[in-house]
Amino acid sequence: MSDQPTEDLFRWGNWEPVIGVEVHVQLATNSKIFSNSPTSYGAEPNSQANVIDLGMPGVLPVLNEGAVRMAITFGLAIGAQLNRLSIFDRKNYFYPDLPKGYQISQFETPIVGAGELTFSMDDGSERTINITRAHLEEDAGKSVHDMFPGSSGIDLNRTGTPLLEVVSEPELCSPAEASAYFRALHGLVKSLRICDGNLNEGSMRCDCNVSIRPRGQQELGERTEIKNVNSFRFVERAIETEIARQIEVLEGGGNIRRETRLYDPDRDETRSMRGKELSDDYRYFPDPDLLPLVLDETMIEEMRSKLPELPIAKRARFVTNLGLSEYDADMLTRDPDVAAYFETAAQHAGDTKVAANWVNGDVAAALNRADLAVADSPVDAITLGALLQRISDGTVSGKIAKTLFEALWGTPTRTTDVSAALKRIDALIDERGLKQVSDSSELQGLVDQVLADNPDQVAQFRAGKEKVLGFFVGQIMKSTQGKANPGQLNGLLREALKP
Amino acid sequence: MTKSTSPQHASLADLVKGLGSGQFSSRELTDEYLASATDASHLNSFITLCPDEARAAADKADAERKRGAATHLLHGLPLAHKDIFCTAGVRTSCGSKMLENFIAPYDAAVVERLNAAGTIMLGKCNMDEFAMGSSNENSHFGPVLNPWDNTRVPGGSSGGSAAAVAAGLTPVATGTDTGGSIRQPASFCGVTGIKPTYGRVSRYGMIAFASSLDQGGVFARSADDAAKVLATMAGFDERDSTCAQQNTDALQQAAQQGLAVPKNSLTIGLPKEYFQDLNPALTQRLDEARSLLEAQGHTVVDVELPNTKFANPTYYVVAGAEASTNLSRYDGVRFGHRCDNPKDLQDLYTRSRTEGFGAEVKRRILTGTYALSVGYYDAYFLKAQKLRRLIQQDFLTAFDGGVDLLLAPVTPGPAFQLGNLTSDPVEMYQQDIFTVPASLAGLPAASIPCGFVDGLPIGMQLIAPHFEEVRLLELAHQYQTLTDWHQQQPPARTAGGNSQ
Repeated sequence: MSDQPTEDLFRWGNWEPVIGVEVHVQLATNSKIFSNSPTSYGAEPNSQANVIDLGMPGVLPVLNEGAVRMAITFGLAIGAQLNRLSIFDRKNYFYPDLPKGYQISQFETPIVGAGELTFSMDDGSERTINITRAHLEEDAGKSVHDMFPGSSGIDLNRTGTPLLEVVSEPELCSPAEASAYFRALHGLVKSLRICDGNLNEGSMRCDCNVSIRPRGQQELGERTEIKNVNSFRFVERAIETEIARQIEVLEGGGNIRRETRLYDPDRDETRSMRGKELSDDYRYFPDPDLLPLVLDETMIEEMRSKLPELPIAKRARFVTNLGLSEYDADMLTRDPDVAAYFETAAQHAGDTKVAANWVNGDVAAALNRADLAVADSPVDAITLGALLQRISDGTVSGKIAKTLFEALWGTPTRTTDVSAALKRIDALIDERGLKQVSDSSELQGLVDQVLADNPDQVAQFRAGKEKVLGFFVGQIMKSTQGKANPGQLNGLLREALKP
Repeated sequence: MTKSTSPQHASLADLVKGLGSGQFSSRELTDEYLASATDASHLNSFITLCPDEARAAADKADAERKRGAATHLLHGLPLAHKDIFCTAGVRTSCGSKMLENFIAPYDAAVVERLNAAGTIMLGKCNMDEFAMGSSNENSHFGPVLNPWDNTRVPGGSSGGSAAAVAAGLTPVATGTDTGGSIRQPASFCGVTGIKPTYGRVSRYGMIAFASSLDQGGVFARSADDAAKVLATMAGFDERDSTCAQQNTDALQQAAQQGLAVPKNSLTIGLPKEYFQDLNPALTQRLDEARSLLEAQGHTVVDVELPNTKFANPTYYVVAGAEASTNLSRYDGVRFGHRCDNPKDLQDLYTRSRTEGFGAEVKRRILTGTYALSVGYYDAYFLKAQKLRRLIQQDFLTAFDGGVDLLLAPVTPGPAFQLGNLTSDPVEMYQQDIFTVPASLAGLPAASIPCGFVDGLPIGMQLIAPHFEEVRLLELAHQYQTLTDWHQQQPPARTAGGNSQ
């Protein structure tokens, strides 16, 4: 199934973890899955809930075709079997943020059947994880427990937001692998444009099922479920601490209880979810308000023809066509926004490798420091491409380019016009006098001067001390504030130093 | 208006004519019906009367007529809605304490269509709570009395609608039928009542009891009147996913031109299972109807619907299961009854629902919840689903075998005494044995008055293939041109209240 993992899977002693995850992917439809109220995030509480979302008497759900199209797109992207007929069921339980007293979901017959997802681990090894199924369902609202003393608030804006719940087989074998899977799924749904991928807005929430068993044992141990983890790092941490907890319990002679747990990132621990509001028997049955969902072959073919390039294909293309390393290509294709940024920048940069290094290096670091998404980068992709073009055409050195990058970062702009970006960069170069000195007569003068000023070092070089060359380069760079074209300078120095 | 020109028991066609010729205005008609309704308040057929809204709507209709904007057939005609249809701005209680103060901000599709046609809503009719019952004794607002004998039930759950039409308090009324809730009260009150094919009429805004069975329909004084109203109610609605994309051309034509009699002689099936051990007087009424139809050239044949005996248990499992979750939304959180000073969430749920629901509703929620529970789902719900298909197949086989329509009893007997069956729910459920099969099969079915048993009106049931409402109504219309059972009027008053 996968390359031999290089991470240390033996750090749990004789225990082997078994992990499966369920990811709730919030589909990027404009309206809700069974009503026409909008799905935008962050609106006034209860301003985006209509009579259907409120579960008023007599109102009925009508399926949003957009959500169906997105589910089909996902199914096609993971090579899944699409169920030509799927059923919406009612999942019955009482909770104040669940207006109808049931959630419409798909239980026995989901729209997307078995498929698989292939992705890379940080060490470059590749994994393929089987996806059991993916089904459509509606989200519940939100209970707010800390705003009104003595009572709870309910915000039904999120009620009825379409979710695609993607269920993996329990075949992830480490926290890092679970996290990488979650990240790959994130990259995939973003690439497919079926989810905005905003983790901190809850657009993707991960439930992790964790159990451990003695290495070599076939039978699975009792599992716990960690609910609603919403970052790649937290998925890894939550599972890591849960494995450690389970080992401690079992080695202490205790038993693992099947239960739902919550991960607390502040204390880096999972704890049992209290409250008996979730009953075990959801009394699933087909929702009589909705007909079975029958997929139309024409629609499936239409969605197939519209499938964008998948992350894994993009990675291969970056390696084969753009000559990038596997590592660079993987890093660039984990997030489709990063890949798009890179491709735009590379198109104007004149050197794809330099572009890859910049995007994975300086740009990533700057975004990380500022806690910004690449789509919000103050230096947009065209501007970066223009800057890199000025390296490759010899106007500035890589080192000077970093200075320019910082200047550009300070005054964010958006452009779609590369000549405007070049003009802006050139003006900046002129304004700061950062243009590389590539004029050979000017450089020749500097060389002649430095040799004349340092006869001792000239003698040393001529006596075979090659290292002294660096001294001359350094002197000239110092006097030009780094602007001398290093390649040219080297050539002129060597020529002048010839005995 | 004098008694001789009273439109109270006139046909819709005559009312349409009278409005068109200016013989009376919509306002006069409305006032007349409102007065009769107030007069007959002892029947308790209305939960809410809307005199102000109705008069305003009637005045508006009269003004529209004056400027030539009365384009719809039903324009300016008063009617009443079962209190299960949501009406924007007017309370919709569904016969329950739970919704005693509920005012929907939207109209049901049925109400919307009839409003758009220019009809005048007189009020909202009494009913069994959440449409669960066969006697109208399960209403939070008290039972409805049968206009023919005020000691008897009008049937249920649409008992208020049936009684109001029978007593001449409205020319027509809407109703809903899940397992017989239109046909049974129509039979008991001596009016014409039709439940169309499942999916014919949008369920949007019609408070759900059992979603896969609920269907809106109409009570009227004749098949012809019923056709006129049904044509306006019927048709595809994108807000109800179970609403059929079936054209209503034949219905529209019947509404505009009046019902014709069947063009060809029909083959009418008598399902054997429905006639075993039937009340002899009722059997005789049905035999008379049969002879009359045969005399018109129709052929009557015996048919078998062998799974009929499973219909009632199947129905009570399916309907209960669906109801148990349909009624989960009444939790005291957003609308409807909420208990005082809940001490926590569980208490809020428990007391709001305990106080808000009546005994029969609780019984069905409990049985329905049971039927869907882990360990019982296969034995009850799944088995009922399978039986439902068999029952449906029985009908399809009969129709495929050349039968055009089925003729059967509606009820085991005429209206029973108030309080007679309330202590025995299972006995009460037996009232539905002849109506439930067509509901499970989603077929159109009607109750047509066919005489009297023990001095009380009784109906015969006609069941047609899916979407063949017009065939059914045409045969009913033919029968009604030969008989006057549907025109019989109950005595002015049989007990209590002020006299006229």
